[in-house]
Amino acid sequence: MDLSKLTIASARKALDAKEFTARELTEAYLDEINKKNGELQAYLEVWSESAREEAKKADERIARGESAPLTGIPLAIKDNMLVVDRRITAASKILENYIASYDASVIKKLKEQNAVLLGRTNMDEFALGSSTENSAFGPTKNPHDISRVPGGTSGGSTAAVAANLALGALGSDTGGSLRQPAAFCGTVGFKPTYGAVSRYGLIAAASSLDQIGTVGKTVEDAQIIFDAIRGHDENDSTSLPDSAFTKTASVKKVVGVPRAFLKEGVEADMLENFEQTLKSLKAAGYSIVDVDLPALEYSLAVYYIINPAEVSTNLARFDGIRYGLSVPADTIGETYERSRGIGFGPETRRRMLVGTFVLSSGYADAYYRKARDVRELIRADFAKAFESVDAIAMPTSPTAPWKIGGKADPLSVYAADIFTVPINLAGVPAISIPSGSVERDGKKLPVGFQIIAPHRGEAGLFAIAKDVEKSAV
Amino acid sequence: MISKDDIKNLAKLARLEVAEAELERLQKELPEILSFVEMVQKASTNLKAGVPEHRNITRPDENPIESGTYTETLLKAAPAREGDRIAVKQVISRKK
Repeated sequence: MDLSKLTIASARKALDAKEFTARELTEAYLDEINKKNGELQAYLEVWSESAREEAKKADERIARGESAPLTGIPLAIKDNMLVVDRRITAASKILENYIASYDASVIKKLKEQNAVLLGRTNMDEFALGSSTENSAFGPTKNPHDISRVPGGTSGGSTAAVAANLALGALGSDTGGSLRQPAAFCGTVGFKPTYGAVSRYGLIAAASSLDQIGTVGKTVEDAQIIFDAIRGHDENDSTSLPDSAFTKTASVKKVVGVPRAFLKEGVEADMLENFEQTLKSLKAAGYSIVDVDLPALEYSLAVYYIINPAEVSTNLARFDGIRYGLSVPADTIGETYERSRGIGFGPETRRRMLVGTFVLSSGYADAYYRKARDVRELIRADFAKAFESVDAIAMPTSPTAPWKIGGKADPLSVYAADIFTVPINLAGVPAISIPSGSVERDGKKLPVGFQIIAPHRGEAGLFAIAKDVEKSAV
Repeated sequence: MISKDDIKNLAKLARLEVAEAELERLQKELPEILSFVEMVQKASTNLKAGVPEHRNITRPDENPIESGTYTETLLKAAPAREGDRIAVKQVISRKK
């Protein structure tokens, strides 16, 4: 079998037709991981033994003719979703030796389908970053140029799929953490509507923004994994009722582009690539119209208030008492301060301090509450735009993947999230689809094209994304 | 202007030990981040007061799990235990 040509959809057919077994497929991926993971660092841990066991069970189920869409499909899991009895760390020293007490709802669903879980993938610590450089265990390399970042925070998951170290993957997206690394690695990255997938068992970063999503080589693959993990969960009070989603969409083929928002900070050839993809969509029968989203200029500022505020609140649970790293000290207060001081990396600490500031008495009105209000304007802008268009298109990233270590100051990294954070602030679904490449230092680097749909508009989003996939270079 | 003492105070509020060298760096970085995000204050937001779109959803408090079901599972993760309890340093002490 040729792993580079295999998709979840084609592997399903081959497994059911007994062209190869789940065990053989799993071995092929484990071999590939053995060869390449040392260099790429996509996985933090590979679960060879349990993967072989799961493959065996999958083969038994396939033999009974009872296969589900993901039965026997080898997948990678971002290191922030709990798998019972497995070490799960959110790429942080503070959870370096933490063994999960239960399965996340998404993991439970994958296990019910007898999917094969290959291992846990690298990420920015606590899903804070844009390059996977903030992992406490070293950066992941971009498979297209190992001197460059794979994007982040789900960079391990997207690098694994891009390098054929997994057939698909789970990731999470708080401000672009699936779409931007998907764009950088040349895979599909999909962030569902806020509430479409249960977050029970996902290690929280910023709760009003976090959403679990999927990585695949094709739109269809990303959709197959999504269909397996979606659905209401009483253990996640933010999860939406299943009845909120429609199965089919009537797409009028009208795509809006917020031209005014694309003016600044986009690399010339990245913008050119975006225009090319729009042209090919036009040729495929779409009409492209301008949309006005005036509040989007505040997105980054709003995001970098709300995200740290929620991060500082969520990470308060790590105290060295109940689980995780605990540094002995004379008083309980010092145990908190030392465990957290040693356990959290630089970017995480920075966000906790910014978050503490914007929530502190005397500043909360001018920062946190103001940001919350401006967020409503952004949400309203999207709602208004979706009255006249089916979807909105934007580049996924303003730049090509940068060199590892190439962005030293925090603000320049934050700026890379310009086109992805508005989507999380609004809670709408979006997907990044590979659309050709740009060249840097003689190497071809992938580019992502982003499609955004209204709340619960997944059906329409996938339909348009498939057209983009067909027409993109 | 954020002083070193302000950063120290923030770190104290966040229950975070911060080394001296990092304080210096943070004293440069935090004001840069804050002055960037301050642009939200330029946006005009005259939101109508009304029923907020989002509300809390709580689970009914019923069908409790039998006491002890998860005790071992959860205690296994604790750094220090005494019997069926998590052991911590004394929290309240008598004044000397």
